[in-house]
Amino acid sequence: MEKKRLVMVGNGMAGCRTLEELLRIAPEMYDITVFGAEPHPNYNRILLSPVLAGEMTIQDIILNDWDWYRDNGITLHTGRKIVKIDRIARKVIADDGTEAEYDRLLLATGSNPFILPVPGKDLPGVIAYRDIADTDAMIEAAATRKHAVVIGAGLLGLEAANGLALRGMQVTVVHLAPWIMERQLDKPSADMLQASLEKKGLAFLLEKQTESLIAGSDGRVSAVRFKSGETIPADLVVMAAGIRPNTTLAESAGIHCNRGIVVNDTLQTYDPKIYAVGECVNHRGIAYGLVAPLFEQAKVCANHLAQYGIGTYKGSVTSTKLKVTGIDVFSAGNFMGGPGCDDIVLHDPAGGVYKRLVLEGERLVGACLYGDTADGSWYFQLIKDGQDIHAVRDHLMFGQNHLGDVGHKGQTQAASMPDTAEVCGCNGVCKGTIVKAIKEKGLFSLDDVRKHTKASSSCGSCTGLVEQILASCVGGAYTPADSSSKPMCGCTDMNHGDVRAAIRDRHLIDIPTVQRELKWKTPNGCASCRPALNYYLISTWPHEAKDDAQSRFINERAHANIQKDGTYSVVPRMWGGLTTPDELRAIADAAEKYKVPTVKVTGGQRIDLLGVKKDDLPAMWADFAKAGMVSGHAYGKSLRTVKTCVGAEHCRFGTQLSMGLGVKLEKMLFGMYSPHKVKLAVSGCPRNCAEAGIKDVGVIGVESGYEIYVAGNGGIKTEVAQFFCKVGSDDEVMEYSGAFLQLYREEGWYLERTVHYIERVGLDYVKGKVVDDAENRKALYERLLFALQDYKDPWLERAEADAKSELGREFRTLAIKQAMKA
Amino acid sequence: MSTETSTWAHVCALEDIPLLGSRVVTADSGDIAIFRTDGDRVFAVHDKCPHKGGPLSQGIVHGDTVTCPLHSWKIRLESGEAVAPDVGCTRGFDVKVENGQVLLKA
Repeated sequence: MEKKRLVMVGNGMAGCRTLEELLRIAPEMYDITVFGAEPHPNYNRILLSPVLAGEMTIQDIILNDWDWYRDNGITLHTGRKIVKIDRIARKVIADDGTEAEYDRLLLATGSNPFILPVPGKDLPGVIAYRDIADTDAMIEAAATRKHAVVIGAGLLGLEAANGLALRGMQVTVVHLAPWIMERQLDKPSADMLQASLEKKGLAFLLEKQTESLIAGSDGRVSAVRFKSGETIPADLVVMAAGIRPNTTLAESAGIHCNRGIVVNDTLQTYDPKIYAVGECVNHRGIAYGLVAPLFEQAKVCANHLAQYGIGTYKGSVTSTKLKVTGIDVFSAGNFMGGPGCDDIVLHDPAGGVYKRLVLEGERLVGACLYGDTADGSWYFQLIKDGQDIHAVRDHLMFGQNHLGDVGHKGQTQAASMPDTAEVCGCNGVCKGTIVKAIKEKGLFSLDDVRKHTKASSSCGSCTGLVEQILASCVGGAYTPADSSSKPMCGCTDMNHGDVRAAIRDRHLIDIPTVQRELKWKTPNGCASCRPALNYYLISTWPHEAKDDAQSRFINERAHANIQKDGTYSVVPRMWGGLTTPDELRAIADAAEKYKVPTVKVTGGQRIDLLGVKKDDLPAMWADFAKAGMVSGHAYGKSLRTVKTCVGAEHCRFGTQLSMGLGVKLEKMLFGMYSPHKVKLAVSGCPRNCAEAGIKDVGVIGVESGYEIYVAGNGGIKTEVAQFFCKVGSDDEVMEYSGAFLQLYREEGWYLERTVHYIERVGLDYVKGKVVDDAENRKALYERLLFALQDYKDPWLERAEADAKSELGREFRTLAIKQAMKA
Repeated sequence: MSTETSTWAHVCALEDIPLLGSRVVTADSGDIAIFRTDGDRVFAVHDKCPHKGGPLSQGIVHGDTVTCPLHSWKIRLESGEAVAPDVGCTRGFDVKVENGQVLLKA
């Protein structure tokens, strides 16, 4: 099939991102031609401020160099402006007469700076702040001239003013509104920002309307006159009073425009062959000027250009960050509030901190932070997800709970960290390394940073810090992933919830069918989606979907935990942490027989044999089976342990028989696979020696029965379990906790712990399904028992398996049998 | 070329390797992982991840790639090279299937 022709007008960030996305999903579909008016390849416009401030060079901010265009077979015309679109002949014509025919046209013409229509606006020395040429002009002016006036105290104006001041000019910022950055900040925070910028040497004139720009004797601009009659000296005037979508070309071709090229949710214009993305676009009445929404548009547009036909753009919530070194400002959503909104405000002028959170009902809709912006990305996430926050409302202002957020010395503010400080304790990544990668490789997303630096890619506890570093480097270009709609992995555009629902609703029972029906982009998925799909299938269709060994992580496939040297660790189950001399003897014998180098008592009240060779596993398991011992599943996304205290049987304080109940719970849940690991504990009295407060299900005995707590977590980030309900008997504990775990099994996303599941759906929802609805509780409980019935100890199964069988060959290495001549 | 490298050795039947799975062959030069991918294509590489020596044979196979079980590096089976942005390479071996039997040049 002959390739289609795609022509792109505009060579900026939104357009090039669209091409990148398109090349990723349909690399062979189009012959691509790009026209750019500037004489440069695609660069990161956001980083012009650091260039102006002298912190970076032009070379540092190139996103796609000349080689990129060549390597991808893109014909690039720079320094050529398209002046006409011939929609009948389907071609574009450039100012030098170059023509290009298209099957699809992508308009990414960006925006123009708004130039105040005042006398003198065309004088030499009056410039806008938009591109590399403007930046160069400012740098040049700063070297020889003294007084700069920046008109407009928005994001761009302040960054320009800061850069010019750093280059030695005396800068006055003129603004029409009563406070600076009025579209991003409220008055109190703006006043604090102004005060700190004044300390850096900037002067401000607010509520001033420019009347004219006055020429000096050399014909250049020399002063600014205001309507109030005052005049101030100016050798350089920077117009930063806003931007306007650049629609000249589209309008001249008769494409419907209204403060931007009007597009639908697929980024298509009124001409179905013509798409548009970026600052030139009006989507649902909004023209975005920040890069994050433009990237979202790019993704959707590429998807439609590739004729995938799925995915729509529904608009973006935006956030703002000022890139002026040493000043932390953050705002997102509707931070001004209004009727029907509540404000929570913390204002500490002396301490330099201001925080305003705007709530509508039980949802966070806006945030405006000054001084301490550490929780900005968390608030932004809450805003984007529209999460019900009533459970955390009382401490929302104090930020995300960092209790036990370990591995980086409790650091929560990235801005104050030196470059040498370690951010990711798992992979030993310092702040400087992350900053360098973001700048040099042009990274915009958390996933990109993880891929390139490994920071926050292991335990994830430093994710917040990495997000902050990203936000401080790329400013408004950073947007946290929308957790509810985030695709499972690169193999699909569907999220975990949609995939789960499809498996249930369409009664899918094997991975190839799921991947075919849901249009997976890769032949066999990947190491992230396959284990998830396998879990969804077996948990949704127990006894019907077949467990796929090759889609299980090695630990679950080999029923032992892989260690750094490729050996395995073996943990036999000790029900409720109880053992016998015979069991201990069997463990000791196995340790000797298989020359186990390390024997360790685990945190879950059992014994770990570390350093076992894979080949020895089946024989060792056979020995354990003889002693009546079974797999402890210490390796699985499954039931781990039920930790118990001694309880009323021996303890003088005990009120309930915690050991007995713990054993019963563990036996009931034996072999339970779940989205992530599941740990339980049963304490016999509120002294809680079994530490039930940090377990997925914690049971605490009291004189009159049991209190059940759920969604605790003792790991990466310590989370205290929440009170779930109080029950009277052992049987009720089994039913309530069983039903809760079944709900989690059915609705949790793969690798989502109970705490994160409850964070997502809300504790009230879970209580409604389990505690308040007796019928549903019983149904859940029965489904759990059905899924777990006839579960056979996997160790015994493998120990008994023939070496040639599918179960047995996992553990047998091959030898070269006979040599044959080549 | 030495006689050693010019010799094809029989290791197992194709069916002995699970689809989208692997087997380990012990050889003098160290363990070799033999993979069977979708469409019954067979690859062999040194069973050591270029990152921290993880046993690639124990990883999940997808497309022509295996993900190392230790730190999730992705290694291309055809070339032994790590998928970008990771950088590294593990040694590959010639392997072929004849009459349903897997032959390895080791």
